[in-house]
Amino acid sequence: MNDRSNGEVVLDVRNVSLAFGGVKALEDVSFDVREKEIRAIIGPNGAGKSSMLNVINGFYHPQAGEITYKGQTRKQMRTHEAASQGIARTFQNIALFSGMTTLDNIMTGRNLKMKVNLLLQALHVGPARREEMEHRAFVERIIDFLEIQSIRKTVVGRLPYGLQKRVELGRALAAEPDLLLLDEPMAGMNTEEKEDMCRFILDVNDEFGTTIVLIEHDMGVVMDISDRVVVLDYGRKIADGSPDEVRSNEDVIEAYLGVAHE
Amino acid sequence: MNDTTTAVAVDSALDTFPKLLLDRAVRYRDDHAMREKQFGIWQSWTWHELAETVQNFACGLAELGFQRGDKLAIVGDNRPRLYAAMCATQALGGVPVPMYQDSVAKELQFVVDHAEVRFAIGEDQEQVDKLLEIKESCPHLEVLVYDDERGLRGYGFGYLHSYEAVLEKGRARREKDPGFLAGEIAKGKGSDIAIILYTSGTTGNPKGVMLTHDNILITARNATERDELRHDDEVLAYLPMAWVGDNIFSFGQSYVAGFCVNCPESSSTVMHDLREVGPTYFFAPPAIYENLLTNVMIRMDDAAKLKRNVFHYFMGVAKRVGIPLLDGKPVSFTDRLLYRIGDVFIYGPLKNTLGFSRIRIAYTAGEAIGPDIFDFYRSLGINIKQLYGQTEAAVFVTMQPNGEIKPDTVGTPAPQVDIKIAENGEVMYRSPGVFQCYYKNPEATAETKTEDGWVHTGDAGFFDEDGHLKIIDRAKDVGKLNDGSMFAPKFIENKLKFFPEIKEAVAFGNERDYVAAFINIDLEAVGNWAERHNYPYSSYQDLATRREVVDLIEENLRKVNADLAGDPQLSGSQIRRFLVLPKELDADDGELTRTRKVRRRTIAERYESLIDALYSDKERFAMEVQVTFEDGRTGLIKAELDLRDVPTVAPVAKAS
Repeated sequence: MNDRSNGEVVLDVRNVSLAFGGVKALEDVSFDVREKEIRAIIGPNGAGKSSMLNVINGFYHPQAGEITYKGQTRKQMRTHEAASQGIARTFQNIALFSGMTTLDNIMTGRNLKMKVNLLLQALHVGPARREEMEHRAFVERIIDFLEIQSIRKTVVGRLPYGLQKRVELGRALAAEPDLLLLDEPMAGMNTEEKEDMCRFILDVNDEFGTTIVLIEHDMGVVMDISDRVVVLDYGRKIADGSPDEVRSNEDVIEAYLGVAHE
Repeated sequence: MNDTTTAVAVDSALDTFPKLLLDRAVRYRDDHAMREKQFGIWQSWTWHELAETVQNFACGLAELGFQRGDKLAIVGDNRPRLYAAMCATQALGGVPVPMYQDSVAKELQFVVDHAEVRFAIGEDQEQVDKLLEIKESCPHLEVLVYDDERGLRGYGFGYLHSYEAVLEKGRARREKDPGFLAGEIAKGKGSDIAIILYTSGTTGNPKGVMLTHDNILITARNATERDELRHDDEVLAYLPMAWVGDNIFSFGQSYVAGFCVNCPESSSTVMHDLREVGPTYFFAPPAIYENLLTNVMIRMDDAAKLKRNVFHYFMGVAKRVGIPLLDGKPVSFTDRLLYRIGDVFIYGPLKNTLGFSRIRIAYTAGEAIGPDIFDFYRSLGINIKQLYGQTEAAVFVTMQPNGEIKPDTVGTPAPQVDIKIAENGEVMYRSPGVFQCYYKNPEATAETKTEDGWVHTGDAGFFDEDGHLKIIDRAKDVGKLNDGSMFAPKFIENKLKFFPEIKEAVAFGNERDYVAAFINIDLEAVGNWAERHNYPYSSYQDLATRREVVDLIEENLRKVNADLAGDPQLSGSQIRRFLVLPKELDADDGELTRTRKVRRRTIAERYESLIDALYSDKERFAMEVQVTFEDGRTGLIKAELDLRDVPTVAPVAKAS
């Protein structure tokens, strides 16, 4: 329906199961993510959405199943490997350095791109200086993009929640990711902030060509911006398809609304 | 300085903005014409670069079919490229029509439709979306251009072009046909229409004020000479491009004096950018000076005791010494010394924080400024002056000359301006800046402008003994109470608004038994006050309806009544009853104009039941009112309000 949904598969999750002791967080979940699409994972609380993201970026290691990312199949990957392969993420509960400024927080996102060794960086000489200027220029583009110029030098701990979320998105973007994982980017926001965030997500996808996987708990907004949606419930995949297909799916309606017993 | 004087003399042959620009591009070639903060760095444009962009863009527009007399609507924040588009339009003999960037689509539609706009340029996706929304219903609108392409790449409409693409077309055209643009520019005359500015007006639809190149250029030249503006001055362009003041200060006077115009990074960084730029020539409506002062005071209240005491001591010194010093009056040696010390420790750093370190001339206009606020800045040594102007006059009607500054007058007539007071007390003027007519609105033109060129300002006022004009209120708003005493609502409202806790006020009383008022609290000032007194609140509405807050406002009203009692003409219009509104008056709801002036009629209609309640003996009243959110949706606000009586003060008998 959308030409973005016809791209090549960049991430293929196959039969993944994850359990913590006796609790099964994910059971035999499979789905794929195509290049440049916005893919949403939705589901009620405790459905295993965040666990799924944690599996993709290597924070959790699934007991069964495999993940193919950029043609490489693997069972396990460590978080720093995920990062160096172009996966970046944001967190459900903001994980910024709250004592640092917006600018510095976003600069940390460039860490993996810094080539100069630590000593030169510490002395701030020669190539380190040049490199920092290049990175700063890139970070400034992100600041402009996310319209957070006015809080550039503000310590993030003092910012309201909605802006902190935006800064976190900025830090993820600073890594120039191929695949961006967003964990409930709109949680706790008011309608206006949600709409702003939606626009930023669409613009990121459009401007940088980033593939985006996002988790949301609230169906409304996500349906409008996603190309395809996976629905999880109690660790199982119960539906997968376009927003319209998912919306009319019986199981989804039941999971979200419960069903009247006749 | 000689540079300007000679420049102005030679310039009389340069009777249009494009001609003037080409001259500037030679005369000041590598000097800065504009700066814009982008990606955290101030990027500059020289006069040469500006002229190149203007010429390329003009040729690009011509390639897209722009004809002489066509109009280009401009909607966006202050950006060098949008200013360049303005001059490019003029180069082709077209007319730029800047519009307010925070207008909703419906408001844009009126202007675009009324002005028969064929070309429009929007700054970014937000503006382009609005233009696309109205395109269907505006048959004249054909071509859209955007500056910032973010989010717009996928739009794919044939009539939608990027700024860059237009420049590219223009470059090609210039190569192919190098004499074309010079010919077009030479066809322009001073009597051509340079711009149509739609005034937001407090009633009815906006009116398109048509100003010629002569109107703007002659006025800009006169004011430039009077204030001795120089080539090395700096201004900050942060007020809407659709407003005549911006057109004069950031465009007209910049071209005339050749000074540099700085565009802020975004509307939310203006105060920060102000500090970085440190303009030498600055304009702001009173509200901005007021906000800056409120911020300073709030921060001082939070400062340590020692700092606070030092601050207040030296502000006392400044109050006593600063103003006479600025006006060149004699001051004792000790006072001078104290002021010097204060300057090192307090005034200097404070001015730097405000971004006012380098100011030579600052203006305020549009509304009355509180005498305390005015004196605060002047006592710091900032040469802030008042002017009185109108779109219809290309701004300048009166201005305060250096050294003759009073907080309650707007100064003497500007160069070449004649002023008379009509029999009903209305101020009228005639000047080279007087507009041609309202676009497609001869009735309104006839109402405002007499056949021999006098313009009705609609303001009531008089000249004081020193020949300074004093404005009291809108002529049509001055009314009478039932007992026959004079009622000037704005005069009362201004007195109320001088309290930092009160952001907006609306007074009622015409043909009533007594004066009553609506009050809007200032969220920042009252919020801070509430925090210091440990009064919790969750929202604006919650704060505004708190009993303690209403008490606080009542105290202010008592002071105003005591003040009014001292004026024999106005002692009858002391405020008898008031309420605090649970929502801010908002332009989106039509309660204020886009320039934040109160629309009395709309408010009287929307809040009819509330006004009736003020003129009853009810003590509480449950209200509900519809509000429009920024995205155009509507909601309902419900609140239970306190209606308060305020004691009035017996008129003070004048001691003989």
